[in-house]
Amino acid sequence: MTTATERSVPKPVFTDAEAGAKEFPDSTARRFNYYTPQKRKQTHYEDVTVEVQPDPRHYLSQGWLYGFSDGRGGYPLEWTTLKAWGSDRPVPKRGPGSGGKGYDWPAHGWHEFRDPNEEWELTLYRYNSNVVRQVNQNIEAARRSKAFDQWNPNWVRFVERNVGAWMHVDHGLGLYLFANANRRAPTNMHNNAISVNSMHLIRAAQDLALYNLTLSEEIDGFDGKAHVETWDSDPAWQGVRQTAEALTAVDDWCEAVFAANVVFEPLVGELFRSHLVQHAAPRNGDFVTPTVVGAGEYDYAERDLRYTKAMFELLTNDREFADHNKAIMQRWLSDWVSQAIKAARTLQPLWSQPDAKPPRFEDGLDRAKSRFSGILSDLGLDTPKELAQ
Amino acid sequence: MSRQSVARAHQKIQELSWEPLYHEPVSQYGTDYTFQKAQKKDPLKQVLRSYFPMQEEKDHRVYGASDGAIRGNMFRQVQERWLEWQKLFLSIIPLPEISAARAMPLLFRTVPNPELHNGQAIQMIDEVRHSTIQQNLKRLYMNNYIDPAGFNNSLRNFQNDYCGTIGRQFAEGFITGDAITAASIYLTIVAETAFTNTLFVAMPAEAAANGDYLLPTVFHSVQSDESRHISNGYATLLMALADEGNHQLLERDLRYAWWNNHRVVDAAIGTFIEYGTKDRRKDRESYAEMWRRWIYDDYYRSYLVPLEKYGLVIPHDLIEESWNQIWNKGYVHEVAQFFSTGWLANYWRIDPMTDKDFEWFEYKYPGWYDRYGKWWENYNRLSTPNGHHPIVAEDVDYQYPHRCWTCMVPCLVREDMVIDEVDGQVRTYCHEACRWTDVTAFRPTYQGRQTPNMGQLIGAREWETLYHGWNWADVVTDMGYVRDDGKTLVAQPHLNLDPKKMWTLDHLRRMPPLQSPNVLLNEMTPEEREAFHANYVRGGPGGRPAPADA
Ligand SMILES: [Fe+2]
Ligand SMILES: [Fe+2]
Repeated sequence: MTTATERSVPKPVFTDAEAGAKEFPDSTARRFNYYTPQKRKQTHYEDVTVEVQPDPRHYLSQGWLYGFSDGRGGYPLEWTTLKAWGSDRPVPKRGPGSGGKGYDWPAHGWHEFRDPNEEWELTLYRYNSNVVRQVNQNIEAARRSKAFDQWNPNWVRFVERNVGAWMHVDHGLGLYLFANANRRAPTNMHNNAISVNSMHLIRAAQDLALYNLTLSEEIDGFDGKAHVETWDSDPAWQGVRQTAEALTAVDDWCEAVFAANVVFEPLVGELFRSHLVQHAAPRNGDFVTPTVVGAGEYDYAERDLRYTKAMFELLTNDREFADHNKAIMQRWLSDWVSQAIKAARTLQPLWSQPDAKPPRFEDGLDRAKSRFSGILSDLGLDTPKELAQ
Repeated sequence: MSRQSVARAHQKIQELSWEPLYHEPVSQYGTDYTFQKAQKKDPLKQVLRSYFPMQEEKDHRVYGASDGAIRGNMFRQVQERWLEWQKLFLSIIPLPEISAARAMPLLFRTVPNPELHNGQAIQMIDEVRHSTIQQNLKRLYMNNYIDPAGFNNSLRNFQNDYCGTIGRQFAEGFITGDAITAASIYLTIVAETAFTNTLFVAMPAEAAANGDYLLPTVFHSVQSDESRHISNGYATLLMALADEGNHQLLERDLRYAWWNNHRVVDAAIGTFIEYGTKDRRKDRESYAEMWRRWIYDDYYRSYLVPLEKYGLVIPHDLIEESWNQIWNKGYVHEVAQFFSTGWLANYWRIDPMTDKDFEWFEYKYPGWYDRYGKWWENYNRLSTPNGHHPIVAEDVDYQYPHRCWTCMVPCLVREDMVIDEVDGQVRTYCHEACRWTDVTAFRPTYQGRQTPNMGQLIGAREWETLYHGWNWADVVTDMGYVRDDGKTLVAQPHLNLDPKKMWTLDHLRRMPPLQSPNVLLNEMTPEEREAFHANYVRGGPGGRPAPADA
């Protein structure tokens, strides 16, 4: 039984509170006025990103309110040894009668970084949803057309072990390097770009894991656990593993992002994905794996490298600290290039595992190196001698 | 995906976590808690293959509604009284959201269970979502609402206004100090599990009642991610409880986090909901009624109390005291009155209360008129410039309050004000619990135990002190709350947009200088201070100075 009672609901009222209804001071001031855009016009991305993370050097008049046990709050610039112009000026002191003003915005060069991918929530969900849809469709179509039946046994082993092992690299770096670094950088633009990078890697890791799951269901004798054993104990993979772990152990957030995206990805990631898997797969009758691996390849080449370059170009061209920054980055290069080359060379046995061989390891490595040198020259950095190893 | 394949997929991604063989990941945050390494289950069971499309689908609904609101001229029926308070709320909230994202890595090394890290990474990106979707909502208001002032300088205002410091605790508390205190107890166990209900459910309901159906669309979408975050927090809490050595710290942290959230969130959201609405139907719930239901019953009775059997010491006394503050001591009314007293230091306009509002307050909070009615009549009388000062500099039986050094809301319930000399400064606190937070909780030892990872309260914590001795016109100019004619204030104590009725810097120029209560207090002799304190606690309610004869 229901009885009709009058529901109590608020009544709509005509208020005429619409833009343009009246003229008065500020009635047409419809633009966020607390920052300067990178280009002529403020972008949607900038509007939803810039200044969300405050800075006591300009507007944050009462300073950070909560600190760690050492008394440091917020996002200390010293969390990296790189510097942007203005970094060395002291934080303005505020006290009785000081007023609230700090330095004029932006106060230092870190605030000038903008993510060229203009990532915010709308773009990141759209992009990643498209990727997972595409990957799913490709795998599903292959499953329906029995495409996996074409694979020869050696290729099945190759995919279960080696393509499988890469998921651990993506997962480890996604979480412990990139997600970790989203707490470390001094602006919202940096930290948001870094967290989007993190999700690319974690998603790519899961893409590989779920692909691996489908293969264990579709291919008789496909060992869905072989990737774990490969990652844990296959000697060919231990160089990659050591380097990946070393990357997660870096304290300086700029060094971590630099080592991963400027050094490790082109010299090891692209070597493996682009110069091994993408070339070997079709020759062995596999047209599906390249689409899965290609998604991660695209994330890096078209998006993550793009913001990384923009981030470090600002620092190598900094009006005050360009030389300081380049000297440090050169040191990082020497250190990480030698680790990356060692990891790459340790992977070499993989090139002889498939029945139909990919192009020679040395050719692949040469191409990876020349791509890497190109990135360095864009950044205004010298190719380190360790690259010849 | 079918349910079975979701379960298999989730099972499969468990294979992704691995233990380092060669190098430990960097350890950048400390905790005094201890955790036993044990096989745990990922409480989230979320696979990105379904997560991303799910969120994208939610986005479609949000952005579809945004387009619809503009096409349907929503702003012709939005209450300005309500939207003005959104200038404050939406200046605050994107920072707590993004801070929650930044907080997640604090847990990676301190909670040694990789199974939980997947959920934490998803929470991280959820929070990026929340922060940017809220900035986007604010941008839409700026573009389409009649008065963009206060939205257009939002993030500068938030960073130099005293209200910003109140809101920022609900952000900085997530990302600093002891990693578990911050990212687990303060953020997930208290802020998200208890207080997001008032933020993301009560607020939207009130927005809708004021003609704004966009805020509900955005915030319900945000809230739909919250249950995942609550699961993250719960899993960590159970692990912390498993080690007896943590119980003392849990007790400390729940006390601090509960009280601070109450002070900060109830101050802000309570004011928006009670004083920012035009909906005065008698059967619409008051903030106190909502609080009782969502925080007291749902959180305290249903979520916290059952954890007592695992050894969690629950701050029953502080929870009852919070209710006492809201119900008997007029906490929300005192705060709203203070925000309105200091309207000229704000960046939004505050509508005077009308007879209809008075009636509703009296009905919901019997005795309201006796406490606050006269003052609001004065507020109304003094709202347009007519040869008098803004209300803060007029004699309306209101004593400008001291600031609480801990929660940075002023000491409004006068009888509770506590004074202490700490770290070489005489400080005032709104309540003994806030004094305890500074003097006892945020220290490197706690009840004789070493707590080397506990955070510190830092910063220039009394806004007034920065402007001690300044002329008000210079204060407002320094903060940048001036409209594009170079003299009309962003803030106004009424909603009339007729430039002749609006306050300008010229009006402020004539006022006496701003004085920092804390500076004055520190200049007193100990005897003067004692007398001052004895007098202060006899003041109120409604900010009334103590009666002259004791
Ligand atoms: Fe959130
Ligand atoms: Fe307080």
